[in-house]
Amino acid sequence: MTAFSINGRSVDVAADTDTPLLWVIREHLKLTGTKFGCGIAQCGACTVHLDGQPIRSCVTPLDSVAGKQVTTIEGLSQNSSHPLQRAWVAEQVPQCGYCQSGQIMEAAAFLEHNPHPSRAQIVAAMDGHICRCGTYNHIVRAIERAARTHEKQAAVTHDSASPGSARGRAQP
Amino acid sequence: MTRRIAVTSCALSRRSFLVSAGGVGIGVAFGALPGKSLAAAMAAGAGSLKPNAWVVIGGNGIVTIMSAPAEMGQGTMTALPVVIADEMDADWHKVRVVQSPADPSKYGNPFPLMGGQMRTLASLAVAGYYDQLRLVGAQTRKVLIACAASEWGVPAAELSTEPGMVVHKQSNRKISYGALAAKAKLPDPLPQATKDDLKPSSAFRLIGKDVPRVDLPLKVNGSAKYGIDVQLPHMLYGAILYPPVEHEKPEKIDDTAAKAVKGIVKIVPIPNGVGIIGETVEATRKAKAALKVTWSATAEARKYNTAKMVEDYGGVAKDMNQKAVVMMSQGDAPAAIAGAAKMVTAEFYSEHVAHTQLEPLNATALVKGDTIEIWASNQSPSASIIFATMVGGVPPEKVVVHSTLIGGAFGRTSDDADHIAHAIMLAKAVPGRPVKLIWTREDDMRNDIFRPFSAQQVSVGLDASGDIVGWRQRIVAPSHFGRLGPPVLEHFGGKDIVTAGWGEFHYAVPAHLVEWIRAERGFDIGPWRATASGYTKFAIEVTIDELAAMKGVDPVQYRLGLLKNQPRATAVIETVAKMADWAKKRPGRALGIAYSDLYDSFLAEIAEVSLDEKTGQIKVHHIWAAVDPGLAVQPRNVAYQLEGAITMGLSAALYEQINVVNGEVQEQNFDKYRVIRMADMPMIEVKVISTDNHPSGVGEIGVGPVAPAIANAVAQLTGGKRLRHLPLSPARVQAAMKA
Repeated sequence: MTAFSINGRSVDVAADTDTPLLWVIREHLKLTGTKFGCGIAQCGACTVHLDGQPIRSCVTPLDSVAGKQVTTIEGLSQNSSHPLQRAWVAEQVPQCGYCQSGQIMEAAAFLEHNPHPSRAQIVAAMDGHICRCGTYNHIVRAIERAARTHEKQAAVTHDSASPGSARGRAQP
Repeated sequence: MTRRIAVTSCALSRRSFLVSAGGVGIGVAFGALPGKSLAAAMAAGAGSLKPNAWVVIGGNGIVTIMSAPAEMGQGTMTALPVVIADEMDADWHKVRVVQSPADPSKYGNPFPLMGGQMRTLASLAVAGYYDQLRLVGAQTRKVLIACAASEWGVPAAELSTEPGMVVHKQSNRKISYGALAAKAKLPDPLPQATKDDLKPSSAFRLIGKDVPRVDLPLKVNGSAKYGIDVQLPHMLYGAILYPPVEHEKPEKIDDTAAKAVKGIVKIVPIPNGVGIIGETVEATRKAKAALKVTWSATAEARKYNTAKMVEDYGGVAKDMNQKAVVMMSQGDAPAAIAGAAKMVTAEFYSEHVAHTQLEPLNATALVKGDTIEIWASNQSPSASIIFATMVGGVPPEKVVVHSTLIGGAFGRTSDDADHIAHAIMLAKAVPGRPVKLIWTREDDMRNDIFRPFSAQQVSVGLDASGDIVGWRQRIVAPSHFGRLGPPVLEHFGGKDIVTAGWGEFHYAVPAHLVEWIRAERGFDIGPWRATASGYTKFAIEVTIDELAAMKGVDPVQYRLGLLKNQPRATAVIETVAKMADWAKKRPGRALGIAYSDLYDSFLAEIAEVSLDEKTGQIKVHHIWAAVDPGLAVQPRNVAYQLEGAITMGLSAALYEQINVVNGEVQEQNFDKYRVIRMADMPMIEVKVISTDNHPSGVGEIGVGPVAPAIANAVAQLTGGKRLRHLPLSPARVQAAMKA
């Protein structure tokens, strides 16, 4: 059994200790927001936070997270309220959406350490992620928007671009 | 059974006819989005109104609208419900969208090419459904008006609508759609709608206005459900060891070590691989690594080497005795060229590129008694049913299909559903338990149906003043339709538009011939975003640019000269030239332009490029595009689709190349197969020129012009050196500069 914390919840997982964390998250714990893309840390779709740092869960063995805190996209915020999630909707970033959990988790860890990034810093931080739909430039815009939001937190709740203003939605 | 089971359009039509003619409501419960949505939406019980197959109005005012195409990122799950909502005057705040059932008799794409099927391909979702869904919306509105007329005892003609309300101006009364649905019964007979009931475009409230995509909130918090996310009680996992070369078969299997892996339930040989079923993903992967299999060595693909293809296909392209299929012909181009004052001729090549949709192919199947249930990301829901009947040996009424959101597709699953077939093969070995087959990225790339290798020869005859008298384009490529089956190729008149299409253009040339020489080499290929236009437009647009240079005319002016009678083409070219400030000199950089009229949309792109002459490395700094897609139902989404396709086209233009050695795919993951990343991105600006024309395709068109725009810009930087081989790698640039 390997014990760790995921999204603030303590879990004990009975998988082999060399099992990639990705499959533990997706198939043992049924948190499917974290995606499988390549299995060799080349595409970034499986990115989660380990004690606040972004890691590629597809190459992270289970035993290396024992006693640590894992955060997945499901645990990033309540009600999609993280500034990046709001910015992602405001900029209408996703197309197929499959890579976006990993992109958002990478960006969240990045902004935590660098709340006022330059465009070049954003690109350097995000270059390990593949988006086959080609949303890269919108991702940059969303990160810049979230960084601005961070600066003027008070003003943003009534930003017309907040998700609350989205009309119509897919059936939950 | 071969590696892939291909569904032919013809077979699909026949089989689907059987499906609907059988009168079986195929028990489709699409779980495209999480939760109980469909069952709730479809149950139009007391207190709700269901005027047609597409709309349910709840007594609570919630309007549920079906979306028929697969949502793979293109945004039609928003754009098409918008069409219905606008015509019925729904309050968009109260609209909920759900994936429709896989019932082609109700939800098939009416576009002629689609044969009424539910298939999402060829950029035909909005183009195909637009007219029909406007009528659906108008009919819904008429039903609501009839209900209100009956409720108030007034003539329907005195009633009008505003979002979510029926209004009677004379008596200053209003009633909400929800209130009507709560108490009204469907009028008998049910009102029908005709073109006369449609809104004038000036009255559109949603069409042509940007509406936030309905699927995006689910895609930022992990709740969007793709095929790979399916979780079922008692579910097992599947993995398959595939042969190193396609179409080989397992001859000897030593599964001793594999079986010994903890959690392995069964080893299941299939015709072209060895399947493993286990309690966990990790167990199946360990067992797969422990399998020892001797494969047959008879596949024709073993002789296939991409390094030899320039010589092979190039020779075919230049050999005028080769038997060719005429793709299109106008006038007598060969005669015109033979009699011309001057002839210009050149060969073009393109390498294989891979789909690498970010969701590796996967499918979940459950065989229970004589029923089969399937959950899968797939561009063609109709196909899923057919695969189940073919592989599972059960009639269609015993098949239940659940469709999901798709993590990218790009043509990989438009006609092929090998992943579904193989999942069913595994599930048959463990009846009563669902099996989720998940391909590794390596499985996905090794089993991909790449865009074909192609060779082309373009010959142009010029008169004494350098004007075109005849144009001949010869395309050497294998057949996608032919691989699906000879009847499919016949169905399309023997012309494979997937591998040899889009040689047609609006440029005014007196004589024009496009030919396809089918050259099979035993290696399977398929449709890749924008299909053949990814290389046929390259050959056309590089040649056009070269002709302009020979005549000493500006490339923009030259194109405009050939498109004098094409106002829409002229508009996009003039617009993009203005956006890019075409005439402005940029030290160390140059602009190149390309034009496309694919899928009835008009598009021009300009690339700003610099070149490291030492290394041959091209850097693209900026791409501008102007598009006229007819009426842009969702203009911002059109722009974003263009931007996505431009990005994918850029990736293919500069980096992507699959090498095959003796049938073995050399690049099987992103460590070796380079696709574009954020640091490679140019700025991209797209202008959408919405016109009164019928909406046309936008999801793919952006790909084709990227490579020629770049190559044409490089020619400006190198004194006219032409790049004619995709991708435009540094080595090829260097070679061209030495030529």
